[in-house]
Amino acid sequence: MDAPDLDTTDRRLLDEFQRGFPLVPQPFSVVAERLGGTPSDILARLKRLIAGGLIARIGATFRPHSVGASTLAAMAVPPDDLPRVAELVGAFDEVNHNYEREHRLNLWFVVTAPDAERVRAVLAEIEAATGLPVLDLPLERGYHLDLGFPLWR
Amino acid sequence: MALKDKTTGADEGLLRRLRDGLPLVARPFQAIGEAIGRSEADVIAALRGMVDSGVASRFGVIVDHAALGFTANAMVVWDVPDNRVDAAGAALGGRRGVSLCYRRPRRPPVWPYNLFTMIHGRDRDEVSALVEELAEACGLSDVPRELLFTVRRFKQTAPCYGRRDRRAA
Repeated sequence: MDAPDLDTTDRRLLDEFQRGFPLVPQPFSVVAERLGGTPSDILARLKRLIAGGLIARIGATFRPHSVGASTLAAMAVPPDDLPRVAELVGAFDEVNHNYEREHRLNLWFVVTAPDAERVRAVLAEIEAATGLPVLDLPLERGYHLDLGFPLWR
Repeated sequence: MALKDKTTGADEGLLRRLRDGLPLVARPFQAIGEAIGRSEADVIAALRGMVDSGVASRFGVIVDHAALGFTANAMVVWDVPDNRVDAAGAALGGRRGVSLCYRRPRRPPVWPYNLFTMIHGRDRDEVSALVEELAEACGLSDVPRELLFTVRRFKQTAPCYGRRDRRAA
């Protein structure tokens, strides 16, 4: 599904409910009242947008460190070995983001766990399994959290 | 349990259930409640508590920016003098295309940067131009920076807050 195929209601669904989704017993009725249409039309659209991969889910994003502990970690992996190391790193349930970026430090991942001790343990396990040092870059201060951002405005 | 205290009543079961996203049914909070043995009102109150207390930065539609055509993004890192970093962070956060802005420690000699931003655009040129604009607008043109363009996403899932019962490979 390409973005140009989206009608106005789809776009408003994507754009206007990134924050402040109604926390009431029948939220899709509230959405339908705001955008027009029926609750079942809104549900059908959401199912289609999720199936098309445009929406990952409806849910919460958490302020770092308000729930559990986390860190950003980086490794300099020999390029030929990157797929293998990335798979090994991604196999940890605690690793929830894992990206290749253009840099000597080419593998970047976020480790989230119930406590800081478990975060440190995961980093140590990754170092042991790969034989590569892991740079540990915990958050010191957040100036701007994931608040979503305007798509079309 | 610490998790429960910090999330104003939201327990691990609710957080774990939320990782799969809101069920697409007329009464989604009732459906979550049934799955975890709590009432609809209880689930709604817990989620409101998370948002009101700031534990959750938002509750809503989590879009996939890449699928929507924002295919280019870079982690842009800045080496800002310590006495200017808070002002720089405040200035950068909230500007167009900036989804995150955090301060993290330097790790000399391998890593000199202390301010991290994620910048999104429809292509690389748009991201690069945006970074130029941001640097100028925020008085950071003199500050060393690097753009780490994203090449590949190996994994992106909701965070795992609960205990795991499976050993990773």
